[in-house]
Amino acid sequence: MVTTIGRIALSLLQYLGELATLVSETCVSLVVAPIRWRLVLRQIVEVGWRSQMVVVVTGGFTGAVLAAQAYFQFSRLGMKSAVGSMVAVSMFRELAPVLTGLMVSGRVGAAIAAEIGTMKVTEQIDALRSLGVHPTDYLVVPRVLALLFSMPLLVAECCAVSVLAGYVLGVHVLDISAAYYVRNMLLYAGPRDLKMALTKGLVFGIVIVFIACHQGLKTSNGAVGVGRAPTEAVVNGSLAVLILNFFLTFALNMVFPAGV
Amino acid sequence: MISVRQLKKKLGAQEVLRGVDLEIATGETCAIMGRSGCGKSVLLKHFVGLFKPTSGTVWVDGEDITPLPERKLGAIRKKVGMLFQSGALFDSMNVEENIAFPLREAGLRNPKEIRDRVAEALEMVDLAGEQKKMPENLSGGMRKRVGLARTIVGRPACILYDEPTTGLDPIASDSINHLIRRLQKRLSVTSVVVTHDMKTAFHTADRIAFLHEGRIYFHGLPADLRASQDEAIVNFIEGRSGESS
Repeated sequence: MVTTIGRIALSLLQYLGELATLVSETCVSLVVAPIRWRLVLRQIVEVGWRSQMVVVVTGGFTGAVLAAQAYFQFSRLGMKSAVGSMVAVSMFRELAPVLTGLMVSGRVGAAIAAEIGTMKVTEQIDALRSLGVHPTDYLVVPRVLALLFSMPLLVAECCAVSVLAGYVLGVHVLDISAAYYVRNMLLYAGPRDLKMALTKGLVFGIVIVFIACHQGLKTSNGAVGVGRAPTEAVVNGSLAVLILNFFLTFALNMVFPAGV
Repeated sequence: MISVRQLKKKLGAQEVLRGVDLEIATGETCAIMGRSGCGKSVLLKHFVGLFKPTSGTVWVDGEDITPLPERKLGAIRKKVGMLFQSGALFDSMNVEENIAFPLREAGLRNPKEIRDRVAEALEMVDLAGEQKKMPENLSGGMRKRVGLARTIVGRPACILYDEPTTGLDPIASDSINHLIRRLQKRLSVTSVVVTHDMKTAFHTADRIAFLHEGRIYFHGLPADLRASQDEAIVNFIEGRSGESS
């Protein structure tokens, strides 16, 4: 039992150490190597632009469902007009960054790990190195910058769509007064909530991209390894988002406190 | 050009190289032979810094590359090009983009010059006009030729070939063998060919190094290897496993 716990702790420490090494290599790369802006733009299209559909659908339906559930509960208490603020605050502070993080981890994290993993086992990364190109400069930095740029925008988009979906359902389907809905939403949800959402999005983006790149770069064992890399990238990325969110909620609540 | 001294390499628990000493002179073609899994490719990858030795040193063009960090190996890698076993083409790029890659990375921006250099490299490997094909549409032999074009486009002083004929039919293999010889004459490069194909070794090499049990067991002229009466060498040349059916 003790041996097993020790082994798990050691492998966790080794994993975190490898991630930290990749982060430090990336920081060095950002300082000493030229940034390949063409690759950054291509990655923004790949990881940001093309992730919009999944983020919009997730945000829209979650916002609508949240509005419906809030309405069912609040209407019994005569608080129907609080639905808007409930949807906005919940989405901004928690659900939009977490759901966007999970969706991006699934879509982008898996793709990054699979692509880099395939390059690793087919010697393309060795070929890069033999041509004098550092893999971190060429593969990791553009993806990190692309996610740093895209993730807050995706979270903002998720927030906007969810609030809009909640409004459409609440006002046009459930017949809540539009004026009260908007007034209460603006009263309880403010820029501090959006700042919290964007900060969480930024942190999740960084975590997801490093986990995925690391998983790709350490791929071995041919097709089996390439098959395993995206799965582990998604699982580790999603777990990291959920666990980090818990701590970020408390930390960021001190910086951007909730309430009026 | 390349000098290896007491090179040892452990991969996991297995000691693949157990003290390799080897000198490869400028301008010569050296074939490194040995059984599958004996460490030929591992040794070759040390010449361009893709592996760090457990102990020992690797000197390239008078410089000890073993203590150099990854970012300082760029200058050495401009001098030493490598053709990988599978070609290792970037599958997101077409043939032209693959070959132009080292030129663009070296800072060349003139599109006409890049186009001309790519066309010249493709002509050298007998693939003129194939610029727009994607790697997935190339045969094994063509992939190796494109990989070779990408290696020579940067005009290295030394070319490392990792199993250049493995997986090819006899005619494609013969064609690659002639290509290696032709490039060596045309570009006057030092060449190191890792192979277990006797025909490739005898056709391309000025000298042959035979890697056996993690050490250089024989290093000399192809004719001397053929004439050797040593049991390990004779078994390898004649393809005898020592097993009886």
